[in-house]
Amino acid sequence: MADEIVFCRGGGCTAKLGAGVLSRVLSCLPKGPHDDNLLVGYDSRDDAAVYQVSDDLAIVQTLDFFPPMIEDPYLFGQIAAANALSDIYAMGGEVKTALNIVCFPEKMDLNILGEIMRGGSEKVIEAGAALAGGHSIADDSVKYGLSVMGTIHPGKVYANNHGQAGDVLILTKKLGVGIVCTANRVGEASKEAMDEAIQSMTTLNKYAAEICAKYEVHACTDVTGFGFLGHLHEMLDGRLSARIRARHMPVMEEALHHADEFLLTAAGQRNRNHTGPFVQFQNIPFAMEEVLFDPQTSGGLLIAVEPVQAEALETELQKAGLPASIVGELINRTEPEILVV
Amino acid sequence: MDKIVNAMGDACPIPVVKTKNAIKEIGAEGGSVETLVDNEIAVQNLTKMANQKGYPVQSEKLEQNKYRVVMTIGTQTEPETEKEETEAVCIPDRRAGNTVVVISSSCMGEGDDALGTVLMKGFIYAISQQDELPATILFYNGGAKLTCEDAPTLEDLKSLEAQGVEILTCGTCLNHYGLSDKLKVGTVTNMYVIAEKMTQASLIVKP
Repeated sequence: MADEIVFCRGGGCTAKLGAGVLSRVLSCLPKGPHDDNLLVGYDSRDDAAVYQVSDDLAIVQTLDFFPPMIEDPYLFGQIAAANALSDIYAMGGEVKTALNIVCFPEKMDLNILGEIMRGGSEKVIEAGAALAGGHSIADDSVKYGLSVMGTIHPGKVYANNHGQAGDVLILTKKLGVGIVCTANRVGEASKEAMDEAIQSMTTLNKYAAEICAKYEVHACTDVTGFGFLGHLHEMLDGRLSARIRARHMPVMEEALHHADEFLLTAAGQRNRNHTGPFVQFQNIPFAMEEVLFDPQTSGGLLIAVEPVQAEALETELQKAGLPASIVGELINRTEPEILVV
Repeated sequence: MDKIVNAMGDACPIPVVKTKNAIKEIGAEGGSVETLVDNEIAVQNLTKMANQKGYPVQSEKLEQNKYRVVMTIGTQTEPETEKEETEAVCIPDRRAGNTVVVISSSCMGEGDDALGTVLMKGFIYAISQQDELPATILFYNGGAKLTCEDAPTLEDLKSLEAQGVEILTCGTCLNHYGLSDKLKVGTVTNMYVIAEKMTQASLIVKP
């Protein structure tokens, strides 16, 4: 029991460093010689790196790991893996291999680690990839994730910043899992809400990505630690603006309730500090604002698609059982950058 | 009754949870709650709660990694119920006058286009002089020319936009007429928005 209390103390993507702090550090790094084959690197703040190896082949690389956000080690393993794999899907790639990243206290029950890794490998298998190895270190708290390699056609990369004015935005998962997990840690979340959050976090973005491949998608990213508005802000890339319709946003109902009870994370507030200045809310209730800033663990894909195809894509995603919804559109740069109505 | 909450070393949302419990204990008699936290983000989350609940709040940095947030809880005769009622109101509906003006041509009426152009300019001016302004004006097909460079209607449209009227021009139409970089007022939109604006309008005005 003592072990279990240590196991989960507010993890998932709420454990991410704030975007503000991070970009200050990244901007100070020395830049090596330019490599034309590096199609997507640091500069674009994208989900994964893309490196072209031949005319028709590029590899996509990413890694993601974090501390547990739920008590069940097996489900935590699934969530961490789904979250790490997601970055490949957000680029439009196919997952090929994955390596385990493990931090685990020496004194903790090894069965717990076994359960985490069982959950992780199940998701890797579901993704159709091979688990090819890993690295583990003794640490004073648990962390788990994957380093993932995928492949992609160099001409079919979904950068997160190639959206066009007029594109329609679609989100494929409900928002609010960060708040629900936080409420759960203080014993406030209902079982139904936690089950829904776990179901959402363990769902691979593979299925959404496969459907997207049939449509003219201009930009795509997965919504994780920086919250919906933070990732949208990155997608706008300083050259576009967006109008978001809050009433169309797929949201976990109970998250709104807990937000009204102020069961909010530090990461959510950091997101507000970082992205808030770019956002104008028009008659939006406080709880909805919070959900839009809420850091998501293994969140859905945010897709910018050719307007005429938007409804067909939304319908097909919904038919696949995803709570996908059209949530707004991209427009030419204006003030405010993001208007939520 | 005054309370001191020690939330040093606690991660969010624990400082908020502890503070809420203290506020509950104070109850209807009112008083102040002083919460000690070790990071600025926790101060912000506490302040956010106080602002939402309408409690006066002050915070200060006592030393490195130590902050104090003080909320004043007023005396309340009917504390919780009243609060919840006001919160339940949520979004006030301001769409009472959700009028949408639809401009599908640069001319008003059929017959003589030169006359139609003059009439359209007059119509836009007249709209800008109404007591109740429309929420949105949509421009498509030939109408798209009216929001672009050198259009005689620009000045009135800019005045309408400044007063909060949403000016939306169809992007496909701008492309078609080669006006994509000539838009001078409002923003570009798409068919999805155009359809939504029309279906949700309380009144559609089409000259």
